Amino acid sequence: MSGAGNPVATGWDSPLRRGLILFGLMFLLVLAVGMVQGQASILLILVQATAYALIALGLNIQWGYGGLFNFAIMGFLMVGGASTVFLSYPVNMAFWQSEGPFMLGKALLAFLAGVALVLAVRQSHRIGITGKLKTTLVVLAWFAAYVLYRSQIDPAAAYIESSAGFVGGLGLHPMLGWAFGGLVSAVIAFYIGKISLGLRTDYLAIATIGISEILRALIKNMDWLTRGTMTVSPLPWPTPIPQQLQGMGSSIPESFVYARLGFLAMAVLVLVLAFIVVQRAYGGPWGRMMRAIRDNHIASSSMGKDVKGRQLELFIFGSILMGIGGAILATFTQIFDPSGYQPINHTFMIWVMVIVGGAGNNWGVVLGAFLIYIVWVISDPLAQMIFLNLSSLTNSIGWGAIPEIDSRALQMRVFVLGVVITIALRYAPRGLLPEVVKREG
Amino acid sequence: MDELIFFINRVLISGTVLGSIYALGAIGVTLIFGILRFAHFAHGDMMTLGAFVSFVLAAALASMGIMLPLPMAFVVLPVAMVITAILALGIDKGFYAPLRARGAKPVTLLIASIGVTLMLQGLIRLVFGSGTQNIYVGGETKEIFRFDMSWLGGTRPISITEPQVIMFVVTAALVLALHFFLTRSRLGKAMRAMADNAPLAQVSGINTALVVRVTWVIAGALACVAGTMLSLDVALMPDLAFNIVLPIFAAAIVGGLGHAYGAIVGGFLIAFAETLAVFNWTAVLRPLNAVLPEGMALPANLALVPTEYKLTVAFVILVITLLVRPTGIFKGASS
Repeated sequence: MSGAGNPVATGWDSPLRRGLILFGLMFLLVLAVGMVQGQASILLILVQATAYALIALGLNIQWGYGGLFNFAIMGFLMVGGASTVFLSYPVNMAFWQSEGPFMLGKALLAFLAGVALVLAVRQSHRIGITGKLKTTLVVLAWFAAYVLYRSQIDPAAAYIESSAGFVGGLGLHPMLGWAFGGLVSAVIAFYIGKISLGLRTDYLAIATIGISEILRALIKNMDWLTRGTMTVSPLPWPTPIPQQLQGMGSSIPESFVYARLGFLAMAVLVLVLAFIVVQRAYGGPWGRMMRAIRDNHIASSSMGKDVKGRQLELFIFGSILMGIGGAILATFTQIFDPSGYQPINHTFMIWVMVIVGGAGNNWGVVLGAFLIYIVWVISDPLAQMIFLNLSSLTNSIGWGAIPEIDSRALQMRVFVLGVVITIALRYAPRGLLPEVVKREG
Repeated sequence: MDELIFFINRVLISGTVLGSIYALGAIGVTLIFGILRFAHFAHGDMMTLGAFVSFVLAAALASMGIMLPLPMAFVVLPVAMVITAILALGIDKGFYAPLRARGAKPVTLLIASIGVTLMLQGLIRLVFGSGTQNIYVGGETKEIFRFDMSWLGGTRPISITEPQVIMFVVTAALVLALHFFLTRSRLGKAMRAMADNAPLAQVSGINTALVVRVTWVIAGALACVAGTMLSLDVALMPDLAFNIVLPIFAAAIVGGLGHAYGAIVGGFLIAFAETLAVFNWTAVLRPLNAVLPEGMALPANLALVPTEYKLTVAFVILVITLLVRPTGIFKGASS
């Protein structure tokens, strides 16, 4: 950190040199993994790491810039994935030609009527109903709205699931799907933020985890919209998929390398655009204001800053990046499987990336994202190697081989993640590339 | 009559079972929050850890050929509680104490507890595999008590399993013991004082380091009981308690964080809300069909929410509590 006391930092303390060294080391790590695992699989890792870097940038806006706790990342990734499914999956004619759209329209009307009812009852103080009576009426209105909506959506859902399977998509370009993922995430983030941003940090953490579980339960069980646990595949790519390249005459291994290279280029393009915007925002007056709110919200609110509004802004911006990242991940794997989303892989890992990389420093966060994702991926084969050696050892001394090595080695990733974050918190709480705090004179 | 028996079996008994487990877990969460001021996220995995400690002890006992009329895991519970308490102390010493000594913010401790969660989860699965284990190591069967209700005109019995009975008894005993500890003993009073105002407690001569240790011992022991009971009732698997750590937090917050009795009330409240929400009311209201006019028969399923959304009930209650009354039912720490 280059404080006011020592303006010219040298060696390890110079943020630039430190960053260059660390990025260089990571480049070597990528090369090494690529040598061992082959081109196709390092490209796979890189594409996913790029998407995670985008998501981590989103969390960095929320946590690094604004000090906001968001444990609902998994929820936003699922929302992004489901949105891109809806926009980019081919049109399901069986649904559009059936009674389905009409019944869904009725359900939408019921929903709007319910909302109108609740809003109307909430205004009942204008005709003199106040206090306990009004509260009771509002609760009753909520209940009535819920029953009304359920009475329309349940038969519609059952009908669609039995006749057409699910709603299907709109068959648009996947890139539009990514943007739509960001948009839907933004809308949801607005409401989540409205509800929960007033809470203190640990309450906010628990509330957002709860909300993300609610989102997961909804997406998993709304079979008529997302096909739920039956999964949707294959999702179209914005770039040619390996099978298309094979059709054009390239060999199978080559086709995977070129297809993934193409996808990587798209993902990196999105990441670079987002990075430039986020980095510029950090340096500008907007970023300064956000840091002021983070560091002392009482002082900033007394300076006339709208703390809650600004925090809502941050929450929405961060969630947009998360939604886009989730959409990219779903598009890349070509399958949307709601039961594949776990808080460990999709919420806590992002947190580890941001904290290890350095909250508040975008370069650090991108570094952390790539580093942690590679560590996460390679700890499985490494653990398998260790286990196989141990197993032959125990075999040779007569204890028998270790059973279920495959499934156990997979768990090593979770353990390593836990170790990394506890070590980081204890010995490098500000991350590998700490936020550079500039102070004038 | 059958309808009432169905209601008792489906709501009263299973709600009490779930409530006991939530309450035991929530007491630990709330005590840790009261003393150390951070949300201990790894509590669910401490419960799983306790269950696996019981499992190992029970298996060791069973392999020595000891057979008892009670489930083995229940017999070894006191020893397992001690071991889990020691493990909890070790976790605190290794991961949380250094951060506290540095004066880290509660947020950092919360993130550290997530790290501990990941480590425990990974470790448990590395050692025991990710499949389901049978905690009835001695080959005991889950005994089911059936109370015949024919004297009241019922055709079906009220049924309750042996582990459930044990659970009610143990939970009641532990809650009573905790109550007397907190209100009668010097140390318990010191704990409440520190939960109220830590600096004031320290200047009035309370050994705060000791209080912190006692908190971990109680939390660890209760987590072990809750985990073992849960695995006796359902099944022993590595993600046993991770799935219910959020309802437990919901229970602690609804009851008022830092408030031990609130945690008990919150636990039962959340549990009954969940069971009642997915309960199919048609089963109870079926006699009304005889009274209702033609064409107004009750639908086959009259549950408030579909069963898939059972866990979300806890979160909805949590979110509403946080919005309407952030201090919980009893006045806990504010948000």
